[in-house]
Amino acid sequence: MVTKTKKPLVPRLGSERVKPAPFRYFRANSLAEAFAAYAEAEGDCTYMAGGQSLLPVLSLRLQTPSLVIDISRLEELRGISLANGVLRIGALTRHNEMLHSPEIARYAPLLSKAAPYVAHPAIRNKGTIGGTIAHADPAAEFPGMTLALNAEFEIANSEGRRREPANGFFRGLYETGIAPGEILVAIHVPVFGEHDRCAYHELARRRGDYPLVGCGVRATIRDGVATNGRFAFIAVGAVPQRAFAAEAAIEGQRLDETAIAAAQTALEQDLQPDDDSETTGAMRLHLAKVLLGRLLREIALSPSKAVEAAA
Amino acid sequence: MTERVPVSMTVNGEDVQRFVEPRTTLGDFLRVEMELTGTHLGCEMGVCGACLVLLNGKPIHSCLMLAVAAEGETIETVEGLAESKAIADIQQAFHNRNALQCGFCTPGMLVTAHEILKSEHPLTREEIRDELSGNYCRCTGYEAIVDAIEQVFVARAAGREVEASGQFAETAA
Repeated sequence: MVTKTKKPLVPRLGSERVKPAPFRYFRANSLAEAFAAYAEAEGDCTYMAGGQSLLPVLSLRLQTPSLVIDISRLEELRGISLANGVLRIGALTRHNEMLHSPEIARYAPLLSKAAPYVAHPAIRNKGTIGGTIAHADPAAEFPGMTLALNAEFEIANSEGRRREPANGFFRGLYETGIAPGEILVAIHVPVFGEHDRCAYHELARRRGDYPLVGCGVRATIRDGVATNGRFAFIAVGAVPQRAFAAEAAIEGQRLDETAIAAAQTALEQDLQPDDDSETTGAMRLHLAKVLLGRLLREIALSPSKAVEAAA
Repeated sequence: MTERVPVSMTVNGEDVQRFVEPRTTLGDFLRVEMELTGTHLGCEMGVCGACLVLLNGKPIHSCLMLAVAAEGETIETVEGLAESKAIADIQQAFHNRNALQCGFCTPGMLVTAHEILKSEHPLTREEIRDELSGNYCRCTGYEAIVDAIEQVFVARAAGREVEASGQFAETAA
């Protein structure tokens, strides 16, 4: 062991330092325990999963709950399973597990493709998919991609469980369809079919930083003709957004340069990013169009799953 | 001030029990309670990477975890890695290449380097940079750090130690 000194080497916690405000801590061993603790605190509390967004919020004192309810050890929120053509991803699945899971790669490959862009390696060892979706940062990768996947969220409350589709779930900046006291339990993703293709890319100043713009696309491509296109953009406003007009522009089309240009033009109807201190809205829209073009070319050229399997 | 609560965990192979305020981060716990000041707290919001420690063998930010949430877990700090000689060759390579200036970021860099050197194939410089993207260095720059990690990849692949070399060779212990 390291030599112990008599005097503390560093000052004890004090109010003069930037630290979280005091709170009590409760580790829930079941959803029922978590809901009971929430009710007892009368909502003056917060749930904690991986804590990778919550801890900075507490340290900066943006939130000062009287109680932190740790839900990170709830076994019922773990695991990835497949049933009836739907992949169920437990909310406590860590980003690193998303990156390496063979089930995710096979049945929900858009999430695998987005995973390397999620934060930095050490954050991925602790952060969870349920946590990032519940936090709903408009620049975060996984929440946005649930839109392109037509995912559904399984949400628990003290009364039972309910389902809510990803489309419409992101209500505003950090606001979701999860009501106070509820817990996101799992994400349900319809599995990719044989002719489904997807691609993800984002533009960031530095790898792992929040992107200037990020985009994931998926479409069914049969005999070169695209249908069911779904494009999801992140970091273009207060919530992640589907690009319905751009999607309509490729419906039933061959993904050639004409169709791709039409989708890029239509994107102006879908996205109206605001100016911020670093980037103008016009530049973000331009980057979004560039990204969409690259991604559509990528899925137009990529072999279908059937071809990959045969190769 | 809230009531202190008991927590027990394994730190660098030693079972420890302490009472902590729930708001104490693992990073503060290690530095203040354990007096393991090798773990550096920089931004305290998960950005700079100076506070990385191993949680059950995987790097995490000790500023983004509550000490009380580490109940029953196994933690290893840069001191533990140094004493077990697990990173002796990485330390030597950093020394050889002078891969630090003020040294504030170095504990986090060593923890990340330790992790990426577990890779079955040697990483390219570009891949090393990617893996280091969560570690900020504000003085030396990254070139020497990438050089040092590359040197360890080469040495380990050849099954040899990293020899003292470079302009600081005489002062190497």
